[in-house]
Amino acid sequence: MIGDGGIRALREALDQGEFSSVELTETCLARIAEHDAELNAFITVTAERALEAARAADQRIAGGDAGPLTGIPLAHKDIFCTRGDLTTCGSRMLEGFVAPYESTATARLAAAGAVPLGKTNMDEFAMGSSGENSYFGPTRNPWDPKRVPGGSSSGSAAAVAAGLAPAATGTDTGGSIRQPAALCGITGLKPTYGRVSRFGMIAYASSLDQAGVLARSAEDCALVLQAMAGADARDSTCAHEPVPDYAGELGGSLEGLTIGLPAGYWGDHVDADVADQVCAACDELERAGARLVDVSLARCNEAIAAYYVLAPAEASSNLSRYDGVRYGHRCNAPRSLQDLYERTRAEGFGPEVKRRILTGTYALSTGYYDQYYGAAQKMRRVIADDFAGVFEQVDLLAAPTAPNVAFRIGEKSADPIAMYHSDINTVAVNLAGLPAISLPAGMVRELPVGLQLIGPHFSEARLLCAAHSLQQRTDWHRSEPR
Amino acid sequence: MHHIDKETVAHTARLARIALSEDETEKQREHFSRLLEMVSQLHEAELPDLPPMHHPLDLLQPLRSDEARPAAGTDALMAGAPAESDGLFLVPKVIE
Repeated sequence: MIGDGGIRALREALDQGEFSSVELTETCLARIAEHDAELNAFITVTAERALEAARAADQRIAGGDAGPLTGIPLAHKDIFCTRGDLTTCGSRMLEGFVAPYESTATARLAAAGAVPLGKTNMDEFAMGSSGENSYFGPTRNPWDPKRVPGGSSSGSAAAVAAGLAPAATGTDTGGSIRQPAALCGITGLKPTYGRVSRFGMIAYASSLDQAGVLARSAEDCALVLQAMAGADARDSTCAHEPVPDYAGELGGSLEGLTIGLPAGYWGDHVDADVADQVCAACDELERAGARLVDVSLARCNEAIAAYYVLAPAEASSNLSRYDGVRYGHRCNAPRSLQDLYERTRAEGFGPEVKRRILTGTYALSTGYYDQYYGAAQKMRRVIADDFAGVFEQVDLLAAPTAPNVAFRIGEKSADPIAMYHSDINTVAVNLAGLPAISLPAGMVRELPVGLQLIGPHFSEARLLCAAHSLQQRTDWHRSEPR
Repeated sequence: MHHIDKETVAHTARLARIALSEDETEKQREHFSRLLEMVSQLHEAELPDLPPMHHPLDLLQPLRSDEARPAAGTDALMAGAPAESDGLFLVPKVIE
C-alpha cells in the first residue's frame, strides 16, 4: 500500500476510495508489528490514537474536506511532546513522562488530518550520529541490520526506509535529519532555522535546533513541511516569513540555476567511492540544466570545533531543568537537595549526554568563557559570512551529506571524537541557520549514499525544486531495502 | 595535548550537578583532553574582529503583550511530578 507513488498517490487512492485511512493505518501498524522487533525504530506505537485519527480522517474524506495530508500516517520523533503520549527523548530521564501539552509541529500535522502512528527512537536528547545513544536500545539500519541508521533521528529514518511509515518528523541540530536520511537512502529536509516552531520540541541547543521531515521523496517533504511551517506566537524565535506553496512550486526547470561545489566538503575526509557517487548525482543535475561551478568554502574542521563548544554549552543550560523535582526520573531516598540533583542526573542521563553537559559546563565556567564559547561564537559568524559570500555567486551548494556509508553498530561508539566527525559536512549549515536537503544518490558497497544540497535562508522551495527535478530523472529514491 | 586534571573534572561535575564515579571522572578527563585538542583550532585561526553570533538570523526577540493565556493546568503539570503532596512538589528538607 505504501508504494512508489508517495503521499500524492496515497492521497489519490484515499480520495477515490481504493482504500480507507483506517486500512492504510492498519497496514502501517501491521508492518511495524512485523519488522520493528528487529529495527527498534519505535519507542511507542500509538495504535489506538492512530486508528481514532484515521476514522476521523475517513469522515473528512467522505465529507469532501480532505487536505493533502488527511488520512496519511506519519511517525513522530520522540522529541516532540504529543499530549497524553509517552515522550521520552530517548532518555531514562523521561522514561515515564507523559506530555501534558502538544508541540506546534505535531499539532499542525494533526490539524491537517495526518495520522500519528507513534514515537520514533532517537539518540538521547538528540545527541548522537548513530542512533546508538538511546536508552531504549539502538535502532538498526533496514539496509543492513548490523549497521547504524545514523542519528539522531534514527527511528524516523529507519521507519521511512523500511516502509513502516510514509514519512516522519525529525529534528536537526548538527545533521540529525540529513545524516540518517543519507545512511538510510531516503530524503531528509532540514529547514531554515525558525521555519518550523520549536514549541513543544524538547530542547538540545536552542540556537541550532530545527524541526523537519524525513520522507521517500522531495515532493513528500514539500507536502509535510507545508503543514508544519510558519510563524508561531509560542516560539519567539520562529520566523514570520510567509510560507510559499512548496509542492506547487515543484517541477520548474533547473535552467539558469548555478550550483557550487565547495572544495572543503569534498576533501580527503570523504570516502572516495562516496565522493564519486555523489559526483555522478551532481552530473545529473547538470544534465537537468543546472550549471556546476567550483567554489571556495572550507572551514569544515573549524565548524566541528565551534559546534562541539556551542551545542554542549547550550545543552548544559537547557538540560539543567532535569532536576528530579518537577517531572522525569528521581533517584531513590535523596539525603539532601544536592544529593537529589547529582544522583538523579547521574542515573537519568546516558554517557554521551553527560559528556556534553560537562563539556558545556566547562566551556561556560569562569575563566574559560571567552577562550571557548566566545571564540566559537566568533567562528560561527565567520562561517555564516563565508556562506553569505558564496551565495552571492551561486544559488545552491552540493556536497556529500556524510563522509561514509552506514558504519557497523559499535564501530565508533567507543570513540566519541571519531563519532563527532560523522557530522563534518552537516554542522556548518546549522551554525549558519541555513536550509539543506539530503537525497538518495545511489549506492556504494550495497549501502545508500546521500547528496546534500544547501541553500540560502528561506530557500526551501528552491532546494525542493532541485531535489524533485533530480528525482524525476533518476530512481535512486525508489530503491528499497530487501 | 591539553592536560586537564581530575580536580577540574570533579569541579565541573559539581557545577553540572552530576555525580561521577572514579572511573567516569577519569574517562571524562581523557575526553576533555582530546576534545580541547580538537577545538584548539578555534584559537589558532586568526579571526577578524567580528561580533559573536548568538542567533542564526540575527533577529531581535519580539515581545508579546502581557496577557494571561490558557495553559496546561496545574493537575496536568503535577501529574508528572515524581513526588508531590497537595499540589506541591516534594524535595528533601533544606532548612533544619
